[in-house]
Amino acid sequence: MTAPARPERPSALGRLTRNRRSLIGGVAVVIMIAAGGLAPALAPQGYSAQSLLHRLQPPSAAHWLGTDGFGRDVLSRVIWGSRVSLEIGFVATALSLVVGTAVGSIAGYFGGTADTVIMRAADVFLSIPALFLILIVVALFGASLANTALVIALVTWAPVGRVVRSECLSLRNRDFVHAAQALGASHARILGRHLLLNALPIVIVQASLLLGQTILIESGLSYLGLGARPPLPSWGNMVVEGRQFLASAWWVATFPGLAIFVTVLGFNLFGDGLRDASDPTLRGRSS
Amino acid sequence: MEPGLRTYVVKRLGFAVLMLLGVSIILFTIMRLAPGGPEAVLIGGEFSQEAAAQIRQRLGLDRPLALQYLGWAGAALRGDLGRSFKTGDPVAALILDRLGPTVQLTAGALVLALVVAVPLGVLAAVRRGTIWDTLGSAVSLFGVSFPSFWLGIMLILLFSEVFHVLPPSGLSEYGRESDLPARVRHAILPTLTLGLIQMASFMRFTRSSLLEALRQDYVRTARAKGLGGGRVVWRHALRNALIPVVTVVGLSLPTLVGGAVLTETVFAWPGIGRLAVGAVFERDYPVIMGVNLMVAAIVITANLLTDLAYCVIDPRISYR
Repeated sequence: MTAPARPERPSALGRLTRNRRSLIGGVAVVIMIAAGGLAPALAPQGYSAQSLLHRLQPPSAAHWLGTDGFGRDVLSRVIWGSRVSLEIGFVATALSLVVGTAVGSIAGYFGGTADTVIMRAADVFLSIPALFLILIVVALFGASLANTALVIALVTWAPVGRVVRSECLSLRNRDFVHAAQALGASHARILGRHLLLNALPIVIVQASLLLGQTILIESGLSYLGLGARPPLPSWGNMVVEGRQFLASAWWVATFPGLAIFVTVLGFNLFGDGLRDASDPTLRGRSS
Repeated sequence: MEPGLRTYVVKRLGFAVLMLLGVSIILFTIMRLAPGGPEAVLIGGEFSQEAAAQIRQRLGLDRPLALQYLGWAGAALRGDLGRSFKTGDPVAALILDRLGPTVQLTAGALVLALVVAVPLGVLAAVRRGTIWDTLGSAVSLFGVSFPSFWLGIMLILLFSEVFHVLPPSGLSEYGRESDLPARVRHAILPTLTLGLIQMASFMRFTRSSLLEALRQDYVRTARAKGLGGGRVVWRHALRNALIPVVTVVGLSLPTLVGGAVLTETVFAWPGIGRLAVGAVFERDYPVIMGVNLMVAAIVITANLLTDLAYCVIDPRISYR
């Protein structure tokens, strides 16, 4: 015998897949991550395989996205290039989330001096144009994965911290938190078990939006020549290389940029959909 | 000015000065902690340890970090930002020289973004769920997803390479610097690039802010007393909805100036952004400090003014 069917609220996952935006975004993201992960198997050629006889060939059956100034297959390089962008994107986002969540929840939960100091520090970081600071650090300390990810995290933790803080501010006066406090739970337990767990949906949404943002920053850096060193392809440095052939070979600059756009759009769509799915009351009120 | 507001203004001014101090200390420390120095760039090629030491001494880089900072800050307070390591020109003059094009570019982009984003945001909110709403969210999603440098290059491809209607780069043609129509033609693509990117957040914010305002009691009251839909939206809801939009415009300045770095690079636009990029690659410390400090000062001042405007526009906001 089966249990009587009860009028069930669709699960968050159910709402997520039914949301067309997040579905499209999710698919785009999965394709890009798979491309990066499976690059050795997927890419028709190596990223540095040159063929000077086939320079600047337009898209064709042999080279779906054409070839670049060294006769390298653009499709292969776009696939390989996703690795650099996604790697830095994920590492920087993880760092930024950890710092932003820790700092924001402490500020929101304890309030008072801790809150003032942390939020003023966030203000300082928000008033330096991010790209300027990143540019300085990466140019002076070198464009390694660790440096780049670290400095991107340095300029992106502040908005995350603010969001988490305001969430914790509203959570800390809820009954279940007061109950935990009355039962003598430690600050650490309340923060971890009650505040952060409840703030998790917001953090996940931030993660998705932040991934798009960090990938944009990384591509901007490699456009300025502060990313992966050639011949290692990154979407940003491929666009720079393509810039000089714009008049004769539009495809060299166009496709890597399109890859950035699709990936970032994917993460943004997914994040938006996630926000709607995790909290229907927020729908249409995104800022 | 009432006393409460005066205390608030004084407090905020104090914070602004502290923030500027914080920014300058952070930047100074980061730069001096970096491995290597300007001597490698200044000499170029092989050089002896003595030559490097000599240069560091001449530039004052051999002194303790704190002393260097105090020396720099003392001079900066008197309005002296030092001289470029590379050219020997006063930093203030270099910045002033490049300020005009950047102000023109960012101001143009800001106006363009507002002119498109606010009406579109209003339409999206009022005609919620219609094609206008969809168009609005498409604009805002695309806007935050475009890499600005690539958008710029695509615009060059379309308007300069395919249709040959607009110049691909530069501020004006050589020898025709005073030719206004030529300058306007050069400004179109960079302004469009920066403006399109900026539109997204303004449009999103106008929409959500207006939706919020339309839910308020005073809107219901206005409707109940029989005012027409348009009048309610424009007279009652929008005026209140635009208050938070003012803040967003203020807060968007760092993004706008940051975006100018890439846009100026793509279009060879002789502004602050390219000055900063060049200085960073050449380790021209005084220029880096000067540019960043000035940009931070502009941003902090703008935020301050925004907060003050906020208090003046909306009497419900209490200043603490």
